[in-house]
Amino acid sequence: MANLQTLSKCEDLLTGGHRACAGCTGSNILRQIMLTAGPDTVVGGATGCMEVVTTIFPYTAWKTPFIHSAFENCAATISGVETGFRALKQAGQLPVEREKMNFIAFGGDGGTYDIGLQSLSGAMERGHNMLYVCYDNEAYMNTGIQRSGATPFGAHTSTAPAGKVKQGKEQHRKDLTKIMVAHNIPFVATATPFHWKDLAAKVEKALAADGPAFLNILMPCTVGWGFDPAIGMELCKQAVEANFWPLFEVENGHYKMSKKPKEDRTPIVEWLKPQVRFKHLFKPGNEAILEEIQRWVDDEFTKVQTLCELG
Amino acid sequence: MKQLFVGLTGNEAVATAFKQARPHVAPAFPITPQTEMMHKFADFVADGEVETEMILVESEHSAMSAAVGASATGARVFTATSSAGFALMWEVVYIAANLRLPICMPVVNRALSGNINIHNDHSDAMGGRDAGWIHLWCENTQEAYDSALMCWRIAEHAGVRLPVMINYDGFIISHTSESLNILPDEDAWKFIGPKDVGAGYSLLDVENPITVGPLDLTDYYFEHKTSQIEAINNSPEHIAAIFKEFSALSGRTYDFIEEYRTDDAEIIIVALGSTAGTAKVVIDMYREKGVKIGLVKIRVFRPFPVDVLRKALGKAKVVGVMDKSVTFGGFGGPVFNEIRSAMYGTANPPKIHDWIYGLGGRDTDIAQIESLIDQLQAIAGGSEAEDINMLGVRL
Repeated sequence: MANLQTLSKCEDLLTGGHRACAGCTGSNILRQIMLTAGPDTVVGGATGCMEVVTTIFPYTAWKTPFIHSAFENCAATISGVETGFRALKQAGQLPVEREKMNFIAFGGDGGTYDIGLQSLSGAMERGHNMLYVCYDNEAYMNTGIQRSGATPFGAHTSTAPAGKVKQGKEQHRKDLTKIMVAHNIPFVATATPFHWKDLAAKVEKALAADGPAFLNILMPCTVGWGFDPAIGMELCKQAVEANFWPLFEVENGHYKMSKKPKEDRTPIVEWLKPQVRFKHLFKPGNEAILEEIQRWVDDEFTKVQTLCELG
Repeated sequence: MKQLFVGLTGNEAVATAFKQARPHVAPAFPITPQTEMMHKFADFVADGEVETEMILVESEHSAMSAAVGASATGARVFTATSSAGFALMWEVVYIAANLRLPICMPVVNRALSGNINIHNDHSDAMGGRDAGWIHLWCENTQEAYDSALMCWRIAEHAGVRLPVMINYDGFIISHTSESLNILPDEDAWKFIGPKDVGAGYSLLDVENPITVGPLDLTDYYFEHKTSQIEAINNSPEHIAAIFKEFSALSGRTYDFIEEYRTDDAEIIIVALGSTAGTAKVVIDMYREKGVKIGLVKIRVFRPFPVDVLRKALGKAKVVGVMDKSVTFGGFGGPVFNEIRSAMYGTANPPKIHDWIYGLGGRDTDIAQIESLIDQLQAIAGGSEAEDINMLGVRL
């Protein structure tokens, strides 16, 4: 089990000097994952913030092999890499001898919930030994904060903006985590970069799983959400305490809460308030939207909780 | 070398050649008329005749994506497609070439939707003619088989390192049994040889990590495209050497083009694919009547063999180009575009006209080619004609 002492001794496999925004929690997610994964790892990135900021030619922030191909095909690409590994190992033609290697694909919510869903679903169904990580910042941040299938109800985005007659996104977010559970893969979990110990343990489990694993990681985006760059981690903590982002894992189909939820959850408005994307919801007349968000959060949480109680 | 005389469909012949190449990985997704090739190959895998990891993906986009990932490890990789499948993987087809990955892919040529049509024309591959792949075109099952052996040597050659597309006509070649000569497995393997995994950059070399497919902006992208242009422009000398080696081995002559009865030809038809076979028959009929007519069949469409074509067509009075695909609103079909451009500025160029034919698998029979030759003879005799014409369509 990871602790700070051991993690602090691991080599940082994502170097500093990349071009992520000040206060970005995404690069932090990648660093934490890579500390646990270690150097015998091949990483694939879908087109998106993290790919763009870490690989501007002629520089790369990656100290492990890294491949980017396109927006929607990261899972398929890494499934090819993983198969290449197995085939070359079988043929005795690996460039460096390794019994096992890690294959990690990552994509933002746009590249995962939306355009990359088919590719992801296929790769999971085929049972590749790979971990897919979604860094979910709840909109297409790289292209300019457009609404995605992960954008929460009521959030302002550049394609579903709050205006004189519309109040942001008119649909609730898609439950991708459950969609991944429905693939009957060995390991699915939610995480945040604030809960580092939980995240490290989940990465460990995911990489040890015999087959595909999926992590959905909340990634507060200072630019897209509109908050003080200093409070990204605080928003992760609050998202969990408000039951907006319950931390749970599903191992071989069995749900388990990773963190015992507080008896009295934080009202969702506390999480919405520091974020500019929800600012319009606090204007008079939008009370019903806030109520609907609270209702939805509570309902969704109850569903997960029930599944966890069933085990 | 003793070869085996067998009867196979084009798809079976290509699957056989690929089995002999012992690829490491093969992503596959069904689309007619390519499917049979993968069925046959899957049978070889199921029977233990070849150890290939098949990745049975959920789309052609993922097929090419998985091929890119697998090829980036250094593995030998193929996939296959047709028509809309090729269109769906389009984005990644460009990426494969940009990353200089020696993937081989039969495109079993079929009309593009819409309307949906499963039969042969060349609009799939021709739409992707500028994706950076080497294009081989086959007249018959024998050529499809031979191309499916040679493609590995071309793609993986250190001086090339580009993906290769093997085009053969849907149904006409893919599903038609023909007799052909195939190499015994051991001779085929001796010709192809194992993939040199360590020769390139492997994504699995964790001791020397590389970043593949970075963000490439205004300061470097253009230079990288230039190196890609150089790569395909430098490929002919290596392709020629491989053709020569295979010709000596198999006794079947391969070159960038095939010239048929062109020595004294005043009229030359240019075609690619199975139509070339029909054209040869009709040319023989006209030769018997004393008409000086020949055929130039293009085998390598990318890189486009400008010099050999200038030489082959330069002495003719009239050239009739047959295009089995169309550029809507463009100036003729893609083959015509290239031929006219190539001949422009040469001394006494021939009159060059285009015939769009066979779209959606409309059968191109002897009568159609007779009608084409009659029109070409009239042009040779001084008649005016349109630049772009249609053949075999009800107008």
